[in-house]
Amino acid sequence: MPASASADQMPLAICMRGVVKTFGGVVANRDASLDVAAGEIHALVGENGAGKSTLMRVLAGLYAPDAGSVEVNGRDVTGWKTTDAIRAGVGMVHQHFMLVPTLTVAENVVLGVEPTRGLRVDLHRAAVEVEALCRKCGLHVDPHARVADLSVGEAQRVEILKTLYRGAKILILDEPTAVLSPPEVLELWAVLRALRDDGGTVVLITHKLDEVIAVSDHITVMRAGATVSRFPTHGVTPRDIARAMVGRDVALHLDAVGGAPVPDPVDPDETPATSTGTPALRITSLDVVSDRGLTAVNDLSFDIRPGEIFGIAGVEGNGQTELLEAIAGLRAVRSGRIELGGQAFGTRSVRERADRGLSHIPEDRHRRGLVLEYSIADNLILGRQHHFGTRGRLDHAAIDANAVEQIARFDIRPAMPSLAARALSGGNQQKIVIAREMGRSFSVLLAAQPTRGVDVGAIEFIHAQLRAARDAGKGILLVSADLTEVLALSDRIAVMYGGRFATVLPRAACSAELLGPFMTGAAA
Amino acid sequence: MSTDTNTSVDRGILEAVLPPIVALCIAAVVGDLLILTFGEAPAAVFSLLVKGTWGNAYGIGQVLYKATTLACTGLAFALAARAGLFNVGAEGQLAAGGFGAAVMGLLLPAGVPALVAVPLCIAAAMLTGAGVGAVPGVLRARFGASEVIVTIMLNFIVLALLNWFVSARLHVPETLHTPGITAGTVPRLADAFVMFRGSAANFTLLFAVAAAVAAWWYLFHTRSGYELRAVGLQPDAAEYGGVRVPRVLLVTMALSGALAGLGGVNFVLGYKGYYEDGFAGGAGFLGIAVALVGRNHPIGILASALLFATLSQGGLAVNAVVPKQLTDILTAVVILAVATAVPEVQTQLRAAAARAASTLRSSRTEGVT
Repeated sequence: MPASASADQMPLAICMRGVVKTFGGVVANRDASLDVAAGEIHALVGENGAGKSTLMRVLAGLYAPDAGSVEVNGRDVTGWKTTDAIRAGVGMVHQHFMLVPTLTVAENVVLGVEPTRGLRVDLHRAAVEVEALCRKCGLHVDPHARVADLSVGEAQRVEILKTLYRGAKILILDEPTAVLSPPEVLELWAVLRALRDDGGTVVLITHKLDEVIAVSDHITVMRAGATVSRFPTHGVTPRDIARAMVGRDVALHLDAVGGAPVPDPVDPDETPATSTGTPALRITSLDVVSDRGLTAVNDLSFDIRPGEIFGIAGVEGNGQTELLEAIAGLRAVRSGRIELGGQAFGTRSVRERADRGLSHIPEDRHRRGLVLEYSIADNLILGRQHHFGTRGRLDHAAIDANAVEQIARFDIRPAMPSLAARALSGGNQQKIVIAREMGRSFSVLLAAQPTRGVDVGAIEFIHAQLRAARDAGKGILLVSADLTEVLALSDRIAVMYGGRFATVLPRAACSAELLGPFMTGAAA
Repeated sequence: MSTDTNTSVDRGILEAVLPPIVALCIAAVVGDLLILTFGEAPAAVFSLLVKGTWGNAYGIGQVLYKATTLACTGLAFALAARAGLFNVGAEGQLAAGGFGAAVMGLLLPAGVPALVAVPLCIAAAMLTGAGVGAVPGVLRARFGASEVIVTIMLNFIVLALLNWFVSARLHVPETLHTPGITAGTVPRLADAFVMFRGSAANFTLLFAVAAAVAAWWYLFHTRSGYELRAVGLQPDAAEYGGVRVPRVLLVTMALSGALAGLGGVNFVLGYKGYYEDGFAGGAGFLGIAVALVGRNHPIGILASALLFATLSQGGLAVNAVVPKQLTDILTAVVILAVATAVPEVQTQLRAAAARAASTLRSSRTEGVT
């Protein structure tokens, strides 16, 4: 493991050597080493379950390593606690939020380090300070909003603010862009670069190889718990990194970024049952209200044809969540009509909608998509439990048979039906959701962030499933914060802004550059 | 791979059983120390405790009698807890169930065959309990009112109402109990097995065991149980899975109340043959501890009910040497030790802390990250 050139002049910001960490019988890290120079942005890449998060948690003091050493700024800090780490300016932004949902943004940011006046928390000053920090970093979020009412993307921004508020000089970000829109990602890059130029150090855990190329100075690749290679970013291609991560060549859709569009297997204009037939899904003048009582979806109308992927791009929090929840029956509709295969849904329940052919991959698998304590087998029947058994009894044999079949068909690992979903990696958890929603007969699929936080191999698999469903004549509504994904899969693309479609374009007419301004409302 | 599954299942059972066992060991040590402060030999006192409970048929009968009520209230708490509901109202539901059974037993004419009268009285007990349980269920499902607060307050209302009803309308003069019921008594265990003579143990015991088996079947082998547990673990995921969450909350609270109400049968139909004011005597609250130690599992609750019944009866057995409050202390130690060791209690405590933090928003909050 060669140290970087700058290591000769000054101590490394981070120097981890031979770190080993096991949980029960599972080895999360084996002989993992990491060198990060002060004042650089360092990308830590690897497939899900490669041990990136564990290694960073060891660094941030959440776990004590079983073996190996950790040095920060030349000081041996092996086995330190989170409080020591925070005091030393090491802050971690976690993949899963650690926020108090009932408190406001400002209260969450200052929690534990509250500005006080006498014995009371000075909430006014907290709000002012948080607002100033937002402006300085370009991370926009209302300090007075309750965290429970925020979208996933906004909650992520609060997490980053929290760390910065504590004066972190070494910032660890675990998959920070998984929930951000392209313009927000660019803003984040600006924040991170400013931080670096200010002498700060950033470690970025990510799956997205274009991000690695865009923002990092050095890259460390992890595979199966160990660090396998380290190289400077300059001159490296996404394909090189992917090969180091997976250990083989991977088909990437990354070519779509900025380059020539990838030709789709089916020309959108020649898909079966075009304009003349009944639409798979028809939305007419739909109005939906958010949790905070604001109009989230504003007089929206569109059709999805059978055999079409209709992609919705846009910054999170522009009504996508509320739109999908309304279609799925999870949220009341203020006015408007939702028709599936020509028949109105009206007040039908979630269960009736599912039985009539609506499948739904929800945006947050940890909150909605899975019951994490339930086994893989039990999760594979969620929403269809009334089809497994008669007269209210559950047919465990049928549930197990279904699990064995779906696990094999969708390659869910480990292939143990009785294992709790919580124990699986993000990619395999998502495969449970995909298997349940796509492994049965359906006519319309709502796919929200279908590849969020899953590894390169699983993305490839999920995209293939979506394309196959489209080719089989299903109507698919795809919502993704990842513009690359929307561009790679969709036949038509809408950009959602402020509860309306800022534009709807056929795929052939789209590019990231063209859609960007619509996402920020600039071109509306 | 299959061996992995087996070991993980074994580990699951171990994790479930270990905290209560450790708790018992801690309680034994604390008990030793307490007994020493009274100048008695721990071994002698504990052997007295065992002799007075499991050492003779009368003791066993008394333990079984007390365990029957505790099993019902424990099951009531556990069923609600599986749906994420904290039912603190078993005390009132238990009393109401006993009252319902007594009223039905008084209304039936004498001479109604037991095969008709007993089921009618039991149904009355469970329905009355369910009615009391349904009140917080409706308020929670319809308005989101905290079932914790509603059930606590409802205990006072129900107990006061019953006290008024019995003392003003139904009592035998100079007492606080109703006249003896005319039909629907459950036979004593002694009627079939002479050795239990004198003990209050009765065949309500079988209904409690049946209720535990039914609760287990309901939770783990029915669609409703699947949905109930999903609501308790992740309400948002349950809603996404087509579960009508408010309906599940309401039905579960009613079922929970019915189970607690069944406990009233033990005293009214099985032991005294009449309703007596204050008969519940804390068995509803102790049900929370029973469920806790039984890890909210119906079969675990049967074992745990026997444990708490043994401690309660054992207190009487050792009273000649050391105060019977000794076993109350041991009960408390068991509860505290299990509470600190059980993961779901820890998460519940953390959630309660988070709620407290938000209600005390204006005052200083700290430590929740």
